Amino acid sequence: MFYLKDVKYKNILDIQELKIEDNKVTSIIGESGSGKTTLLRLLNKLISCDSGYISYKGKNIENIDSIALRRKVTMLPQESPIFKGTIRDNLLIGLKFTDKPLFDDSHLYSILSFINLKKNLDDLSDNLSGGEKQRLALGRILLLDPDVFLLDEPSSALDEETEKFIIENLVKYTKENNKTLIMITHSKKIALSYSDRIIDLSKGSMDNREAKNE
Amino acid sequence: MNDIIDLSIWQLVLAFVFVMVLMIIVKIKGISREKEILISSIRMTLQLILTGYLLVYLFNNPSPVYTIFVLLAMESFAIHNIIKRAKGKINKSLRKIIGLSMVVGTVSCLLFFLFVIVQISPWYNPQYFIPIAGMLIGNSMTGISLGVNRLVDGMQANKHLIEGSLMLGATPKMASKEVVDNAFDSAILPTINSMVGMGIVFLPGMMTGQILSGTSPITAIEYQIAIMLGILGSVSLTVILFVQLGYKTFFNHKDQLQI
Ligand SMILES: Nc1ncnc2c1ncn2[C@@H]1O[C@H](COP(=O)(O)OP(=O)(O)OP(=O)(O)O)[C@@H](O)[C@H]1O
Ligand SMILES: [Mg+2]
Repeated sequence: MFYLKDVKYKNILDIQELKIEDNKVTSIIGESGSGKTTLLRLLNKLISCDSGYISYKGKNIENIDSIALRRKVTMLPQESPIFKGTIRDNLLIGLKFTDKPLFDDSHLYSILSFINLKKNLDDLSDNLSGGEKQRLALGRILLLDPDVFLLDEPSSALDEETEKFIIENLVKYTKENNKTLIMITHSKKIALSYSDRIIDLSKGSMDNREAKNE
Repeated sequence: MNDIIDLSIWQLVLAFVFVMVLMIIVKIKGISREKEILISSIRMTLQLILTGYLLVYLFNNPSPVYTIFVLLAMESFAIHNIIKRAKGKINKSLRKIIGLSMVVGTVSCLLFFLFVIVQISPWYNPQYFIPIAGMLIGNSMTGISLGVNRLVDGMQANKHLIEGSLMLGATPKMASKEVVDNAFDSAILPTINSMVGMGIVFLPGMMTGQILSGTSPITAIEYQIAIMLGILGSVSLTVILFVQLGYKTFFNHKDQLQI
């Protein structure tokens, strides 16, 4: 799916070789500042590497139109972007950006229950708590139905129980729908219990290992 | 009854009484602005006197070369002023776009105004060409200045949301729509507001000047209406050009945000 060779970005990242397989759950771990977000941004082509090569499905991403790529490989940033308006507006905005047909309220409510957000679609989104905003932003990209989910700490603002509920749902969803999930997490426990592969980006080293539970 | 009272130099000097009163108030209140008030009053006086003599010369010696030269001088002064007011916030490509929008926006409106609406002749008639160009360029300058600030600040402040939109697959245009619309609004709002109050809250400067110097109020008003619409057109066109081209400078050819 993704293949990286000799990728350098400023003096933040230096990856000799990295393969990320499709239809798998991959976790990225590493201390704060080790370049995890930077790696996802490279895969989303929000930034480009200074040297080296990144391919997606065998094609150099420099030769793929950025917008087309981002519609297949969609990223959830570390700080949840919340747009003006209601929860419905916030869920639908991605579909409007990509000219996809909008969903009706019953489908939107099923998404709200998927992310365990007990709110009304007409509620204003700026009053939501940090964790609720995070789940709303996740719900938004689920509606977009991309092939690859790049999630930057999708559960960092959640309590342990909600985190477990959301991540389990996500993993189940990706497996059932043949999606690829690449997520950054600060929780070793999450990484170990849910992922097929773990990439450790700790300073200087880059470890790409099979998850222990396999 | 329609005798025009020509102001003598001494009468003009008397008008400086206003400045003196202001200086005294400022002094008593302990606001240290005397220098600025005095300098800007004197500067305004000198500038206008010089302009007056220059215009007398130009009107007495109409020539296409002079007219074009004055137009160019006004454009470059305006563009320079916009860039100076933006205080280093803007990069080279944004500067080019400021220049381009100013020139294209004001010149096209000016041509329409002079040759289609007023139908002046000869085409370089300085008595019409210069003051109308000045009005269109001056107002567009103010408009773009506001637009530049709003656009640059808005892109900075909403960086997070703009990138968040790109991640969802938005084009740069969609991602910056809100900021671009805001910049446009705030740039043309003063022009719209000034139209709303016109004739009720205040008599516009140009019309007041014309009436005081003996023109019939009806003629003055006809010109005022036409010029206000011209100003609205010129401000809107320059600002639209600016924001529509300007937001693009914040992205590279790979649709990546460059802030
Ligand atoms: N555009 C940039 N220019 C310069 N330095 C940057 C840039 N973006 C990130 N950095 C630096 O690169 C390093 C890695 O940043 P990154 O956000 O990828 O870390 P991270 O692993 O996601 O950390 P965290 O766990 O705290 O989110 C940091 O030291 C950061 O300050
Ligand atoms: Mg990070």
